[in-house]
Amino acid sequence: MAAILEVEDLHVAYGATRVLHGLGFTVEARGITTILGANGAGKTTTLRAVSGIVRPVGTVRFDGRRIDGRPSEDIARLGIAHVPEGRGTFVGFTVEENLRLGAYVRRDRAAVGQDLDRVYAHFPVLGERRRQAAGTLSGGEQQMLALARALMLRPRLLLLDEPSLGLAPLVVQEIFRIVRTINERDGVSVLLVEQNAALALGLADHAYLLETGRVVLAGPADEIRRNDAVRRAYLGY
Amino acid sequence: MAIDTFLQQVVSGLATGGIYASLALALVMIYQATEIVNFAQGEMAMFSTYVAWSMLNAGVPYWAAFLGTLVLAFLGGFLIERVIVRPVEGKPVLTLVIVCIGLLVILNSLAGWIYSYVIQPFPSPFPRAPIRVGTVVFGPHDLGVIVVTLAMLGLLYAFFRYTTLGLAMRAAAQNPGSSRLCGIRVGRMLGLGWGLAALVGAVAGLLVAPVIFLEPNMMGGILIYAFAAATLGGITSPFGAVVGGFLVGVIENLAGTYIPFIGTELKLTVALLIIVVVLLVRPTGLFGHAVVRRV
Amino acid sequence: MPRGRAVGLGALLLLVLLMPFALSGFRLFQFTQVCVYAMVLLGLNLLTGYNGQISLGHGAFYALGAYTAAIMIDRWSVPYGWTIPAAGAACFLVGFLFGIPALRLEGLHLALATFALALAVPQILKYFDGWTGGSQGIVLSKPRAPLGIPLSPDQWLYYLALVVLLVLFVLTWNLLRSRPGRAIVAIRDNPIAARAMGIDAALYKSLTFGVSAGYTGVAGALGGLAVAFVAPDSFNVFLSITFLVGIVIGGLASVPGAIFGALFIQFVPNYAQEISKAAPWAIYGVFLIAFMYVMPDGVAGFLRRLAHRAGDQARPVRPAASTTPKGGQHAHT
Repeated sequence: MAAILEVEDLHVAYGATRVLHGLGFTVEARGITTILGANGAGKTTTLRAVSGIVRPVGTVRFDGRRIDGRPSEDIARLGIAHVPEGRGTFVGFTVEENLRLGAYVRRDRAAVGQDLDRVYAHFPVLGERRRQAAGTLSGGEQQMLALARALMLRPRLLLLDEPSLGLAPLVVQEIFRIVRTINERDGVSVLLVEQNAALALGLADHAYLLETGRVVLAGPADEIRRNDAVRRAYLGY
Repeated sequence: MAIDTFLQQVVSGLATGGIYASLALALVMIYQATEIVNFAQGEMAMFSTYVAWSMLNAGVPYWAAFLGTLVLAFLGGFLIERVIVRPVEGKPVLTLVIVCIGLLVILNSLAGWIYSYVIQPFPSPFPRAPIRVGTVVFGPHDLGVIVVTLAMLGLLYAFFRYTTLGLAMRAAAQNPGSSRLCGIRVGRMLGLGWGLAALVGAVAGLLVAPVIFLEPNMMGGILIYAFAAATLGGITSPFGAVVGGFLVGVIENLAGTYIPFIGTELKLTVALLIIVVVLLVRPTGLFGHAVVRRV
Repeated sequence: MPRGRAVGLGALLLLVLLMPFALSGFRLFQFTQVCVYAMVLLGLNLLTGYNGQISLGHGAFYALGAYTAAIMIDRWSVPYGWTIPAAGAACFLVGFLFGIPALRLEGLHLALATFALALAVPQILKYFDGWTGGSQGIVLSKPRAPLGIPLSPDQWLYYLALVVLLVLFVLTWNLLRSRPGRAIVAIRDNPIAARAMGIDAALYKSLTFGVSAGYTGVAGALGGLAVAFVAPDSFNVFLSITFLVGIVIGGLASVPGAIFGALFIQFVPNYAQEISKAAPWAIYGVFLIAFMYVMPDGVAGFLRRLAHRAGDQARPVRPAASTTPKGGQHAHT
């Protein structure tokens, strides 16, 4: 299958601090790829480099076209939706305003209305709170809102940064179930960054293991799950 | 009669208050989007008013010149943000402050050079005849200012609240990072914000020039009152800026009328007192909110 | 210190010391003013650059210093030498007292409060005309060199200002390297963490305000003597804004920045006038904006970056007080 995202030799530095050292990975079209690693491995930075929040050195190709060096608003317009660390909710705005902002770049008004309904079907709690200020939502609800907002873009590639962080297990299950549905039913490719390796490996097709800014292990998710070193270090058994 | 004087002064105060409210709103709009206080807001308004004056001198009818000036002011504000402010976006606050100060002196100096420092009269579009309501007499310009200001503020409110572009502009101001992830061109939104602020300022300039006469330094005192209004209303609240503006206008007028030693000399002191008192008692103003910082 | 730099500094020092014998009265007066402004900028930088409190009102302390000296000389015939420390002390006290209510104000609010103070100064000075001589001001005579030293009043004043400036420089340098100095910077960088470490932020902030005002008062006294005249309209809000321009152009959180800033605010307006008689301030404004494009962290910051690139002996970098506004694209905080 063709790759929807190809990253080669990615270097990122924050000022004088080098964080990524020649990273390379791909995301298959309609697939789910996960990047695992401990805190500080560079996972969040990787997503930021793809979505353009930080400027990378190296090659990032989306659908065969280079996007490295382009500003994040342009990259979003190409169809890459990034659900960032910390969720990035527009706290002063209502749930519905948040969702409409997610669909800002779309021209197809009627379809936006349909997507709004679909999103409320996925996340009924958002539908109940649609006129509430987003800042008053709980952590789990805000994560759902962030994901919903990303979906309003009708993205072809979804970047998820640690969606399980700080959430109750049931909520996390629900979110992962929805991600799987979106991937299988709508064909949205997913690049998932997670510390919770067990969860991520349960969802993804392919996995990469990151340590201090370098890929140390790569392969199909099943293989990675069975790998001894990974089991001991990241899966705890 | 005492009540007549009181009402007249209140209406008069609301009129000047409308001017302060407009300029204060312009300041708050830019502050919310970029966290800088645009010290050049007054000079931008003054310069726009001179542009209108040129048009009027060339024979353009008043309302055509008014609209033309608004369009030019909007474009000017947009260009100033995209061309002059943009290279220092993201730099420390004080760097931006210096750029605004630079802009201030440039506009002031250019106006003086192009148009000279001679004080000019400026026409009011409203009829001359005083308007009687019962026993109270109101100036038509005052009433006109109140109507125009409220109409403009109403339109702005509707724009920000009910249109998608307005929503995007508010989002870009509050959370530029997330806005970019939604594909919103934040830079362009900032430019639009400055354009709108300049437009609002131009309206203020056009409405106040008939009263205080046109000269390059005319907006200095008004800007200070706008600061007082924004402080009173709360620098984080556009609604506060507007309410603050009207309040300051009325307070200034009533203080000038009823407190004997505040003549025209000490009028500026009223603005300063308002600033100091508000900052001592309630720094966030009537409608502002404190910025809560997470540790 | 590398040899090249030592030689360069030596030459500069010689130039500065011998200048009074080569320059005319007016030019010398301008350099005296540079010294005076540098004192103000040192003080203001201590408050704004190192302690993070923005003041748009230091013109008020400058005026207070100038008038303290002028009133002492004119009314009480105090020898001018005593008026300089007296001005400093008076301003320290007022600054410290002002700093107390100012503690509740952050960033923009503090800037507004000090702005209001600066605006009020000319009016207050005119109001208390019994003391201040009202709009007419007070005329002073230029002090003569003591003990019959063969220097003209202009030359003597220059050396006096230079010496006072050097003293203040040394004081500032030592202060910043001491524990209180580090506390001051800590309060700027992270006030909550500073308090959690046991630093009495309130006391330090008020003290910094006082010290900053004190420097400015000393400068005001010397400035008043140099001009030999004090009047309310010379101390308007534009003076305070000029001081702010000075520290930003010179470089926030930089001691040598005070000199660069002082040179800028003294000479660039004149230079702008030479370029265009018709709209000199427009030229000045262009200079301001151009400087901020090329050197957003001031001359000192610019030189620092050049030095780093040249792989020079790196001094520990003290970053300027930065509350980065939200426009930046690549902000990752």
